[in-house]
Amino acid sequence: MPEITQTLAQARTLLRFATAGSVDDGKSTLVGRLLHDSKAVLVDQLEAVARTSAERGFGGEAGGLDLALLTDGLRAEREQGITIDVAYRYFSTSERSFILADCPGHVQYTRNMVTGAATADAVVVLIDARKGVLEQTRRHLSVVALLRVPNVIVAVNKIDLVDFSEQVYNDIVTDLAKITNGMRMDDVHVIPVSALEGDNVVERSTKTPWYSGPTLIELLEQLPAIDEIENNHEAFRFPVQLVIRPQGGLAPSVDADEFRDYRGYAGQISSGEIRVGDSVEIAPGNFKTKVVGIDIAGKSVEHAFAPQSVNLRLAEEFDVARGAVIGATNTLPESVNLIEAEVFWLDPRSAEAGARVLVKTGTSTVQGIISQVIGRRNLDTLAIDPAEKIEVNDIAHVLIKLATPQPFDDYRDNRRAGAFLIIQPQDGATLAAGIHTNLELVNFSI
Amino acid sequence: MSQKLSENRLDLLDTLESESIHIIREVVAEFERPVLLFSGGKDSVVVLHLATKAFWPGKVPFPVLHVDTGHNFPEVIEFRDRTVEKLGLRLEVASVQDYIDRGVLQERPDGTRNPLQTLPLLDAITAGKHDAVFGGARRDEDKARAKERIISLRDEFGQWDPRNQRPELWNLYNGRHLPGQHVRAFPISNWTELDIWRYIEREGIELPPLYYAHEREVYQRDGMWRAVGPVSEPTPDEVVETRLVRYRTVGDMSCTGAVESPARTISDVVIEVAASTLTERGATRADDRISEAAMEDRKKEGYF
Repeated sequence: MPEITQTLAQARTLLRFATAGSVDDGKSTLVGRLLHDSKAVLVDQLEAVARTSAERGFGGEAGGLDLALLTDGLRAEREQGITIDVAYRYFSTSERSFILADCPGHVQYTRNMVTGAATADAVVVLIDARKGVLEQTRRHLSVVALLRVPNVIVAVNKIDLVDFSEQVYNDIVTDLAKITNGMRMDDVHVIPVSALEGDNVVERSTKTPWYSGPTLIELLEQLPAIDEIENNHEAFRFPVQLVIRPQGGLAPSVDADEFRDYRGYAGQISSGEIRVGDSVEIAPGNFKTKVVGIDIAGKSVEHAFAPQSVNLRLAEEFDVARGAVIGATNTLPESVNLIEAEVFWLDPRSAEAGARVLVKTGTSTVQGIISQVIGRRNLDTLAIDPAEKIEVNDIAHVLIKLATPQPFDDYRDNRRAGAFLIIQPQDGATLAAGIHTNLELVNFSI
Repeated sequence: MSQKLSENRLDLLDTLESESIHIIREVVAEFERPVLLFSGGKDSVVVLHLATKAFWPGKVPFPVLHVDTGHNFPEVIEFRDRTVEKLGLRLEVASVQDYIDRGVLQERPDGTRNPLQTLPLLDAITAGKHDAVFGGARRDEDKARAKERIISLRDEFGQWDPRNQRPELWNLYNGRHLPGQHVRAFPISNWTELDIWRYIEREGIELPPLYYAHEREVYQRDGMWRAVGPVSEPTPDEVVETRLVRYRTVGDMSCTGAVESPARTISDVVIEVAASTLTERGATRADDRISEAAMEDRKKEGYF
């Protein structure tokens, strides 16, 4: 149980993770269990759960609580057909704070998985121990692999219903390895859990002596967030959001003489780190210069890193505006006007070659044309099958022509600098999520 | 995926702050006429504070809008005016009282004016030609808000269509909209109540005094302590007494309840909210006894 003193401790970090599973995998119960056992559930909520559990004659050793009811509001929404959508939940332990993106798995699974996984530091995929690896599992894992979620956890749930069998667990580990190897994922954590009984979720189970790995919450507390991995200078990417040149419009508390000529490039460091004195280059324009100042809301600092929002001051003044990217010198990719990409199609309207779209990446939005549909992913084999049309929930490989060249990183190298949205130019709908990458790099097969 | 760990680790509050500043800057960069809904409540105060950081050393480049129900606590209106003055902002006021006086809106039988705010708000958005409206809503507040987007499209009638929300991917916000539509932008979507209070403490942000324990004439109604005032008169059966209370949320005098609390300072409140995190987070009603007991437990542990 988290101590208050620890809850108040200053040095705590944030982990964003997503949960994915089919309806019957017990995902709601797992989410409820995480919230309950980490004491994120309020007394009045728990009383409501207890009342409803009793009314429905719910048994079990969890004090007779149907923990799935903790997300019941959301489920009721789904039952009424109001929305089938990702919900965000918040909880913390003494070690860390968590944002959980709860992704419903049965309808619009691609849309929900992509939404949840795009910002996730970790994904928990649920498997029912009695059913093993299903088609749905493969689909979830393929999205996780393509989106390069840095930490992947498979929770083998309902282990109590197979008598805590080591054999069942080992068979699932073997089956999973075939798939994850085919997707070139390594370091997938597989945990035997019972969300219903609480085994290995927060509390270590006494019934799985053959399992020596961490519990789910221990893993979530330890795994590195995306910004804690390889956050070095070479990876430095800074899309310019706007140029801050207040001139006459200074904040009342600011010394007018000192800041009259202030010129700062405002943005959020999307990856990597930067120090005062570092050499940088800017695209478009290929300008090279040095960073002479880093300001965070009035405080000058020597060093900043992703995901901090800062103002950068540069040694020389260039024509740099919103949409420009500042990177470490000699690291920005060449700006190109034709990109190869994998797209997750989210809109009910289909598309084919010739479609005119908008492409939004970083702080830049440019016109584009889908110049070729190379194919779409067969979700059973994960191979790219030839196709001419892209339909909703498809994962397709395409070429996109851009009206203005962009310095696109490969998504495999840089998750934020290689990602983009495809937007419908007329009504502004988000049609697809895209990642810039070569076919060879995502040549999966199982 | 070999993982080389970095020593750069950002604290939770810094992570949330950076995300919020990014969102605020995106909206200012991509929209013509943003406005911030500012009630003087803690969440909108935090959003305004984040905006001052986002554009430093420039001033906040948008006005603030207050939907004034006419039932506000006077100290909140005083705080609102002082804050706007201090930051050199323009204040737009949408007055529910005006609508009632003109006969456009009618007073409700129960006397609350919360539901009457929508029309003046939408009219103010239209009149100000605002294409983006910042709000201080948080996803941990309730289950519907748990599904709200950070940049959320509203149709010409100001309606939210939960069935037809745009997927929100990475930190790429799609704010494109048709004429007549606008977006609501929620920069502190991912903050919890405790994060807000810890940030207020860290930054030393000033709030209306109602948020801290003070003696007040109150009476019990619907399990809440209600302030005695011109729009919240007790019935003859309701006993008025003086209690040490504070407000966890600041709304209309006619419908906002106080909680009994000894928390007189920001750090007292942080401890109280943290303690209630363990038991009754987010509950703004009938939680006085529990949070007070938790405070007592903290004292027994030797905190003070």
